[in-house]
Amino acid sequence: MDLAKLDRLADYLSKRQEDRVRSTSVVRGELLVEAVDYGIDKFAEFLRTDPKCLFTTLVDITAVDRPGEDLRFEVVYHFLSMELNHRIRVRIGVREGEPVPSVVATFPSANWFEREVFDMYGILFSGHPDLRRLLTDYGFSGHPLRKDFPLTGYSEVRYDGELKRVVYEPVKLVQEYRSFDFMSPWEGAEYILPESAEADEKA
Amino acid sequence: MNRASGQLEEGERRLRNFNINFGPQHPAAHGVLRLVLELDGEIVERCDPHIGLLHRGTEKLMESRTYLQNLPYFDRLDYVAPMNQEHAWCLAIERLTDTRIPRRASLIRVLYSEIGRILNHLLNVTTQAMDVGALTPPLWGFEEREKLMVFYERACGARLHAAYFRPGGVHRDLPPELIDDIFAWSETFPAVLDDIDGLLTENRIFKQRNVDIGVVSRDDARNWSFSGVMVRGSGLAWDLRRAQPYECYDEFEFKVPVGANGDCYDRYLCRMAEMRESVGIVRQAVEKLADAEGDVIVRGKLSPPSRSDMKTSMEALIHHFKLYTEGFRVPEGEIYAAVEAPKGEFGVYLVSDGTNRPYKAKIRAPGFAHLQAMDYLCTGHQLADVSAILGSLDIVFGEVDR
Repeated sequence: MDLAKLDRLADYLSKRQEDRVRSTSVVRGELLVEAVDYGIDKFAEFLRTDPKCLFTTLVDITAVDRPGEDLRFEVVYHFLSMELNHRIRVRIGVREGEPVPSVVATFPSANWFEREVFDMYGILFSGHPDLRRLLTDYGFSGHPLRKDFPLTGYSEVRYDGELKRVVYEPVKLVQEYRSFDFMSPWEGAEYILPESAEADEKA
Repeated sequence: MNRASGQLEEGERRLRNFNINFGPQHPAAHGVLRLVLELDGEIVERCDPHIGLLHRGTEKLMESRTYLQNLPYFDRLDYVAPMNQEHAWCLAIERLTDTRIPRRASLIRVLYSEIGRILNHLLNVTTQAMDVGALTPPLWGFEEREKLMVFYERACGARLHAAYFRPGGVHRDLPPELIDDIFAWSETFPAVLDDIDGLLTENRIFKQRNVDIGVVSRDDARNWSFSGVMVRGSGLAWDLRRAQPYECYDEFEFKVPVGANGDCYDRYLCRMAEMRESVGIVRQAVEKLADAEGDVIVRGKLSPPSRSDMKTSMEALIHHFKLYTEGFRVPEGEIYAAVEAPKGEFGVYLVSDGTNRPYKAKIRAPGFAHLQAMDYLCTGHQLADVSAILGSLDIVFGEVDR
């Protein structure tokens, strides 16, 4: 990938869209644009139509959950231009419960990508024509890819021979899921030893 | 109801659209897909795919496992061409860790990626023929697939779930007899392709079912995030192997076949032509492998030490133990790595926080984008065309539902 070309594109974007672009960077040959959340639909339209960008293909929309931070979610868009053969990653920060403008009007393919992000993270997209769950079960509750959703989930299904139907039950594990801590005892993990003063304070 | 009928003129008949469920258990659905179809007579008015019946939470599982433990999950996405998926995962890790893999490993990866492409296209072309009524092609195609599966097995011990591409190279070197056998196979395979060609390409029924069905314009191919054969069938010569070369594809000679009309038939022709190109790449890779001696995995933190080192060196033994328990760490950062998988652009967006497990891994499956265009593709077509269109989209639910 031509790095000078990406640098020029980054300069161009921050000049032309200075009210929508927070910062740009080129890392490992990839152009990353941090954008403002409320203007993402207009920004996507600009990326698609501008003759120096022509990002006509929306490759992917996903999110990253960073619990504990003020802007809990990052919504990440990947665009590709087949005409000019370059890629871009656009990232916006979103608070929990705050809706993101949908880009479906510009990119029809955003429909399922946004539905998936809604399903997995619970991020709402304003202006989306049909924001239903996509991958999880009918009647599912919770958003599985959030970091506070347990890996094992909350309910499990099995076929009940007496009732002659599938029943939902709370998850019962024969053995606790073991999550090993691999941090080096010299550099990481602060262990709270039982019977220590700290443990008493917590209790 | 009464009021509506009251507005009808004399002699008009009351018509009601018909809703049917296509699947979740339907042989032409290529897995577990439920399509809710709204029909006006035989014509599809609306098509709403319900997916997720094969959702296994791969991305959630990946966050709790080490990088190496995550590799086999990729075999289980598009289980028709498993190694191509592993390739994207390995590339993502190698780019984050700035690893350069040995040349021999790179050639083996290309060789097996192309075998994967043939595996996939053979399945798709022949089962699509089955979806429109032909029974013989799958039997012929699966005989060849079986031979390729044996090549998979001889390289890594597994027919399907290979786990052969590893971060830093490939797991084991290929035995010389296997390379000879792959070359011998590449000499006989074009004749089989000719047979399938003779059976289908000018077949009257096959053409009636596929020509001018599911036409995708160039603009719509981009609007709907299509990739792979779905854009090439519409006349866009876009191939990541050529446009954004990864591995050592830039030193191989191959053509990028494109269609003209963007219908199901052109996509079939593209796949047939791509298989012939892949055979060419396989032969080139075999020839290049003869001159590329040496290791097949980069020796370092990403890969295990050699067996003989482990017998003599304490450090090597510790390294082996730590690698397979704790795993390796990947520096903090994010990367998007994409490969031209047989079905289109398969990408991995990886966010690392510097520990031994990925903080977030998003799998970008080509079939996901293709399937969501079902409503656009099917509206206005006959009910019977739905299975022809679905067949030419090349859907595998392992990767769509993840």
